Amino acid sequence: MSSTTERRSGAAPAPSGQVRRRRGVRRRHVAAALAALVVAALGSLFVGVSDVSPADLLDADEAGTRVFWTSRVPRLTAILLAGSATAVAGLVMMSLTRNRFVSPQTAGTTEWVGLGIVVATLAFGSTSVLGKMGIAVAFSLVGTALFVWLLQRMVLTDIVVVPLVGILLGGVVSAAAAFLAYRFELLQSVDAWMNGDFSGVVAGRYELLWLVPAATVVAYLYADRFSVAGMGEGFAVNLGVPYTRVVTLGLVIASVVTAIVVVGVGSIPFLGLVVPNLVTLALGDNLRRVLPVTAVTGAAFVLVCDVVGRTIRYPYEIPVGTVGGVIGGVVFIVLLLRARRRVA
Amino acid sequence: MIEFRSVSKSFGDTRVVDDVSLTIPTGGITSLVGANGAGKSTLLSIAARLLPADRGRVLVDGLDVATTPGPVLARRLAVLRQENAMSVRLTVRELVAFGRFPHSGGRLTAEDHRLVDEAMAWFELDPLADRHLDQLSGGQRQRAYVAMVMCQGTDHVLLDEPLNNLDMRHAVQMMRMLRGMADELGRTVVLVVHDVNVASCYSDRIVALREGQLVAEGPTADLMTPELLRGVFDVEVEVHELAGRRIGVPWS
Ligand SMILES: Nc1ncnc2c1ncn2[C@@H]1O[C@H](COP(=O)(O)OP(=O)(O)O)[C@@H](O)[C@H]1O
Ligand SMILES: [Mg+2]
Repeated sequence: MSSTTERRSGAAPAPSGQVRRRRGVRRRHVAAALAALVVAALGSLFVGVSDVSPADLLDADEAGTRVFWTSRVPRLTAILLAGSATAVAGLVMMSLTRNRFVSPQTAGTTEWVGLGIVVATLAFGSTSVLGKMGIAVAFSLVGTALFVWLLQRMVLTDIVVVPLVGILLGGVVSAAAAFLAYRFELLQSVDAWMNGDFSGVVAGRYELLWLVPAATVVAYLYADRFSVAGMGEGFAVNLGVPYTRVVTLGLVIASVVTAIVVVGVGSIPFLGLVVPNLVTLALGDNLRRVLPVTAVTGAAFVLVCDVVGRTIRYPYEIPVGTVGGVIGGVVFIVLLLRARRRVA
Repeated sequence: MIEFRSVSKSFGDTRVVDDVSLTIPTGGITSLVGANGAGKSTLLSIAARLLPADRGRVLVDGLDVATTPGPVLARRLAVLRQENAMSVRLTVRELVAFGRFPHSGGRLTAEDHRLVDEAMAWFELDPLADRHLDQLSGGQRQRAYVAMVMCQGTDHVLLDEPLNNLDMRHAVQMMRMLRGMADELGRTVVLVVHDVNVASCYSDRIVALREGQLVAEGPTADLMTPELLRGVFDVEVEVHELAGRRIGVPWS
């Protein structure tokens, strides 16, 4: 933040004046995205089965106010926390693996979390949220580590093949989870856990999500080191950045965030891939610059999916995971085709 | 000053650097020459702690590169490798500014910005400042990388084939810039060059490698002889004096 003011105070030679002005883009983008998000967020507070209008709140109308505070506000909070953290986790993962199609949702990480949830449910029963989270985090780390291990050994350098391998891997893991769940008659409850859905957000489960902003803050503090690591090991070592340690930290952050979000509200397919891709396409890969925008855009993306899911078949709800999966899937395919065209 | 003390490195059964002991004095340009596969890049990578040596040590101003903390060394020695596949979409200015990372950790001071401006101007990058790296030609990108390394402001600069992808004008310009870094800024510049005449025209000292072994080293004029070049490159070479420079002309 301080860099803009420092630049002005620096004894700037005249010719690079234009260069300086362009840097303002950064703040304008964040401000615009934030404004859009605030408007959408306020709007979402007053969409739902029971009618709550802003006037009701002033009137201290009993029922309306209760719905507002016990359901709408937690739901909005969960959306904002999950959306921003998942998008940032995707951004970090894509930078560190140096492949813009690698995200927790395309590396099998999400599916490993699902397997972890099944195992935790078998071990601790279906009520222990903390047990689920602990085991989900462990499985998430294992899954990401396995994928990165594979990635280092893949001779295929085709940028498009890598995520497909991840998705295949995820398919295998998710089949294993489904088999286990089927054997122990947990299929329905596991499906309900896995698909991103904010309608169940009232209490007891979503509070875990308060852990993820911390991960986002750490990611922001490390943004420059992540950018440097994303340049490759040679550049990182040259600039004195401990490459392996930084990459490990980033991948741990991405895995832990993914586990917590999936346990907290379920998975939102492609969110961690689509949002960072769109943001970096527009603004480049300098993480310190794009990370805040990515967080805001991720939150906005989920919010829009949620509002769409709530209004499209009103008074019924389509889970946000389904809406996000459709929208995200389409964008993902467009991005893939675009990458293909660029290579060709 | 960079000291190599009995440095060896093997890949599998092949010894790529074979017991090299060598001192590169402070200041000036030193060129590593040798045939393809002679081990030039490997030796440079070991000095830049991008590769661990199997045996021996490399000291930069007395600091062992294998044990000195990364950030400390990054303020004394900068390196650019031969191949630099970078998929990150940074603007040229952002890339060059990352050269200041070892000093300011990303929070650039006014002084940092001045140094970035200076490096950009040296390599005529101002018109490209806001372009993303993937929108540049290979030669423009090479200039951006070297500008970043220069911006790092280290006493020692190691460059592996810095003329990669450069056209004649920019190659000459690059070598002049590097001369300037050595003469005006007092940096110790170590280059890998495959063209012995580039080494002859622009460097103060030459280090010749063959199959991982040090064949000869010393002031440029002493090394530009037909006998030595034959020994290093395995071709018959005539050496002619042209405008005060020694130029090797291979027989064909
Ligand atoms: N990572 C590696 N694995 C195996 N062999 C390598 C590796 N890097 C270099 N080599 C081999 O080591 C030798 C020296 O390579 P290098 O130092 O790049 O040569 P130069 O830069 O002088 O052309 C070559 O024969 C090359 O094939
Ligand atoms: Mg080489």
